[in-house]
Amino acid sequence: MLKVKNLNVYYGNIHALHNISFEVNEGEIVTLIGANGAGKTTTLHSISRLIPIESGEVEFLGHTLQTLWPHNIVELGLIQVPEGRRIFSNLTVKENLEMGAFIRKDREQIKKDYEMIFTRFPRLKERLRQMAGTLSGGEQQMLAIARALMSKPKLLLLDEPSMGLAPLLVKEIFSIIQEINKAGTTVLLVEQNAHLALSVADRAYVLETGRIVTQGSAKALASSEDVRKAYLGG
Amino acid sequence: MNKDRKTNLISFLIILFGFILTTGLVAFRVIDEYTAQILTIGGINVIIALGLNLISGFTGQLALGHAGFMAVGAYTTAALIMKLNVPIFPAILAGGLVSAVFGLLIGLPALRLHGDYLAIVTLGFGEIIRVIMVNLSDITGGPAGLKGIPPFTTNFFWRPVLSFALVYIFLVLVIIILNNLINSSPGRAIISIREDEIAANAMGINVFYFKIFAFTLSAFIAGLGGGIYAPFFGYLNPNMFNFQKSVEFLIIVVLGGMGNITGTVLAGFGLTYLQEILRFLKDYRLVIYPLILVLMMLFQPAGLMGFFGNKGFSLTRFVREFNPKKIFRMKNPGKAGEK
Repeated sequence: MLKVKNLNVYYGNIHALHNISFEVNEGEIVTLIGANGAGKTTTLHSISRLIPIESGEVEFLGHTLQTLWPHNIVELGLIQVPEGRRIFSNLTVKENLEMGAFIRKDREQIKKDYEMIFTRFPRLKERLRQMAGTLSGGEQQMLAIARALMSKPKLLLLDEPSMGLAPLLVKEIFSIIQEINKAGTTVLLVEQNAHLALSVADRAYVLETGRIVTQGSAKALASSEDVRKAYLGG
Repeated sequence: MNKDRKTNLISFLIILFGFILTTGLVAFRVIDEYTAQILTIGGINVIIALGLNLISGFTGQLALGHAGFMAVGAYTTAALIMKLNVPIFPAILAGGLVSAVFGLLIGLPALRLHGDYLAIVTLGFGEIIRVIMVNLSDITGGPAGLKGIPPFTTNFFWRPVLSFALVYIFLVLVIIILNNLINSSPGRAIISIREDEIAANAMGINVFYFKIFAFTLSAFIAGLGGGIYAPFFGYLNPNMFNFQKSVEFLIIVVLGGMGNITGTVLAGFGLTYLQEILRFLKDYRLVIYPLILVLMMLFQPAGLMGFFGNKGFSLTRFVREFNPKKIFRMKNPGKAGEK
């Protein structure tokens, strides 16, 4: 579904991503794990064309993404939930969801999708007319995911959904991610919480200072000695 | 008749009534000529400040060159009237359109920048426009200024009435356009850019396109304001459109509340009037402006309209929800309390 080949990204003189290659197949949850500064968010941003890439190829459903604008990529069905939630705090929850459906024209289906969102996130239905900025951190993360779902993603890029949330909420968010995946959306998950990410993912890539150092099935990585030592704390 | 059309019709009638009432008051000199003149200048200031509010308040892109767009509109209108004998109404529209073209040309490079950088670049462009006006002496009269722009009418009785009426019409049109825009899908896109550009991008909004759109429309509105200003004032000088003028519009927007139409209208008329009644202070009145700004930022940083929960006044909403019974009940709060 998504193929990244020999991706190189620079921030000025700093070589941020070195020849990154990976792929995501339809129906999978794939996770990129790594420490701070490993290049996880940079990878997502370069896929969504939010930052320019130096060389390499990104292919999604047969389209080469380098030649497209960010909004074209969204229209293809590749949606990113940015790091730190980034909801529209001065708009209501309802308006936030409407913004999610901005590129869609099928009004009937949008209405049905609201219902789908409300059954999955009953909390958001209660707060529909509330300003999004007044929601709690967990609710904001749910809103950010719900907003992305409103644009009917085929592939959902999640950037650190666990950031700044209490462990119980993180569990809830991750079970929602699994549900979304079961309902047919492919997920590319970027996480620092490697333990948790590996427990929900099918496959995983480990990033270290801009390079992919290990890859494999999530189960294998979770039990591998090296990964345990480096990322899971022994 | 469905409810929306009824609401719109009643709103239109209220606006029309307001128009007849105020111009009538000006015509019968209940509002004296001096006050009418202040109201007209106030209206022009509000129009341009509304244009600025669109780009700075609603889209969140700080622009500091709107005096430049006002100048483009004013000189275009003046030139069309004086050199080509174009009637006033299309000349004003042309002023807006030429200003919009300038907005587009300036916006294309400038809107790639953010925040302070954008502010500095727009400031620069505003100054460039002013300097060009100084040097294009064939059309603009150069630093000596452009004299003898024919007024709306030479009849002394009708002159204040016509100026006021024209400003009223344009102001209402601009407010309607802005209000409809903000409540439409492109308007939402514009607001979401202010809220969070990365998230807006992630939602598939063509951020650059909508910024350009808002900036061009903003320049168009400022050009309209300038276009009305030229025949009303009768004299133009490039130095009228300096950086200080741009800042005046920004002060109106900030005082009224960023992204609030009602606030801009109140602050625009209020500040224009204040400037007149403080004339006895001579140049010290220029201290009052910043002083108001400082106090505002300390006590009401969201602007004037922050007092009302930051929601502007909406005529259609007022008409739709107007319910005489509700008001009557509110006058007898005792019963509700006894329960």
